[in-house]
Amino acid sequence: MASVITRVKQKQIEQLIAKGKRLDERGLTDYREIKLEQGIIERAEGSARVLLGKTEVLVGIKVEIGEPFPDTPNEGVLTVNAELVPIASSTFEPGPPDENSIELARIVDRGIRESKAIDTTKLCIEPGKKVFVVFVDVYVLNHDGNLIDASALAAMAALLNTKMPNYEIEDGEVKITSGNTPLPMNRHPITVTFAKINDKLIVDPWLEEEQVMDARLSIAIDDDCNICATQKGGRGYFSPKQVSEAARLAVEKAQEIRKKLDW
Amino acid sequence: MNQKPEKLIDKKGLRLDGRKADELRPIKIEVGVLSNADGSVYIEQGKNKILAAVFGPREMHPKHMALADRTVLKCRYHMAPFSVQERKSPAPSRREIELSKVIRESLEPSIFLEYYPRTGIDVFIEVLQADGGTRCASITAAALALADAGIPMRDLVVACAAGKVEDSVVLDLMDTEDKVGKADVPVALMPNLNAITLLQMDGVLTVDEFESAVNLAIDGCKKIYTMQKEALRNKYTEAKEVEE
Repeated sequence: MASVITRVKQKQIEQLIAKGKRLDERGLTDYREIKLEQGIIERAEGSARVLLGKTEVLVGIKVEIGEPFPDTPNEGVLTVNAELVPIASSTFEPGPPDENSIELARIVDRGIRESKAIDTTKLCIEPGKKVFVVFVDVYVLNHDGNLIDASALAAMAALLNTKMPNYEIEDGEVKITSGNTPLPMNRHPITVTFAKINDKLIVDPWLEEEQVMDARLSIAIDDDCNICATQKGGRGYFSPKQVSEAARLAVEKAQEIRKKLDW
Repeated sequence: MNQKPEKLIDKKGLRLDGRKADELRPIKIEVGVLSNADGSVYIEQGKNKILAAVFGPREMHPKHMALADRTVLKCRYHMAPFSVQERKSPAPSRREIELSKVIRESLEPSIFLEYYPRTGIDVFIEVLQADGGTRCASITAAALALADAGIPMRDLVVACAAGKVEDSVVLDLMDTEDKVGKADVPVALMPNLNAITLLQMDGVLTVDEFESAVNLAIDGCKKIYTMQKEALRNKYTEAKEVEE
């Protein structure tokens, strides 16, 4: 993602952060306002739109019948894909997913998968042959920084909103019947992303902060305050002390969001 | 063939391959193994067999990607089709694309990128055989290959994973432990700067377990760091002997 920021602005952001302040007047560990709307795409089995400040992400869930993986014949399949569509930023180009969108999708995937958010054992139709495949498609509509947290939130919100079709097995054929049941959900992972700017950690970086950050660290926290996924990104590094600090702060922040969303 | 073992740690606290919790697998590192590359390294860590080659700094390709103020580091992590139990398609998978990115970002902090504006440095990593922890072994090898290519660096980068197997935090997970274990935390470190340049995790850990896993991985990194430097010295002492 090519991005340009003036030296003046870069200095300004850095100097403010050194004083514990930010350009948009947030505290260093404050999130932007989170708005969440579920079930806005009727054709999808589940959907949600999340606004994190001006960052906007739409997630649609499609549930289809497919084959299980050979090593997990009794479990449904989770597939996460992310599209950085060109309407979201002047730096996004059309074309197949680049490393940024693949990384984004895999971070969202890891949070959901490792926390065992979906009870995939309940998605089995016929062991070894037919299971439900849950497609999570992350659609970034407006890029104003911290796509990771916004996408992870939107994906979870969409999964919580997902209805699976009811079915019967008739002569070995799966027949979809009327009505639906909610997707069986166990856990609610929440991902918290930090940016390191001038050796200080800040939470929920927005676009201009991402453009000047040295590195970022994303930590997914499950319902019991355990860590279930992390990912460092960016050209810089963290000290071991900063990693510990981030892990503890992530738990705090995740609980804050969990309370707000009632998850 | 792919049966899950019943116990990953026996009564004596030993692991499947007889290692203690904080013990590394045997590691062999050779520097300067490919004559066409500017820098190259072969590493074996357990059953992992990995080659890393560095080309450059050289003319940036494609040219329009060149930067006026620094060199561009490019990295490709690639697994050979025969490196795993079931043949892997040689086309780059999403996993390989992600790993190429995080490996590149783990190496970038170590290089004085600003010394070579308008050029590119290529790091190619070929996993010939995989046995768990390939990204870490790849980083250890790639950083050394960069040094072998004579590229000025702030420090070597060395990587090692720790994780949770059954109820213990253990060092340097092998394939089965990685797949059946509870968590995996790969860490890359510039030891002299105490800087973590790669940190990933999957699985479930409490915050305290996470911290002890990171610390155990850092200890592992420091042990490998000694072997890394030793391997680099070996190449040049051997070269000197030949000259004499």
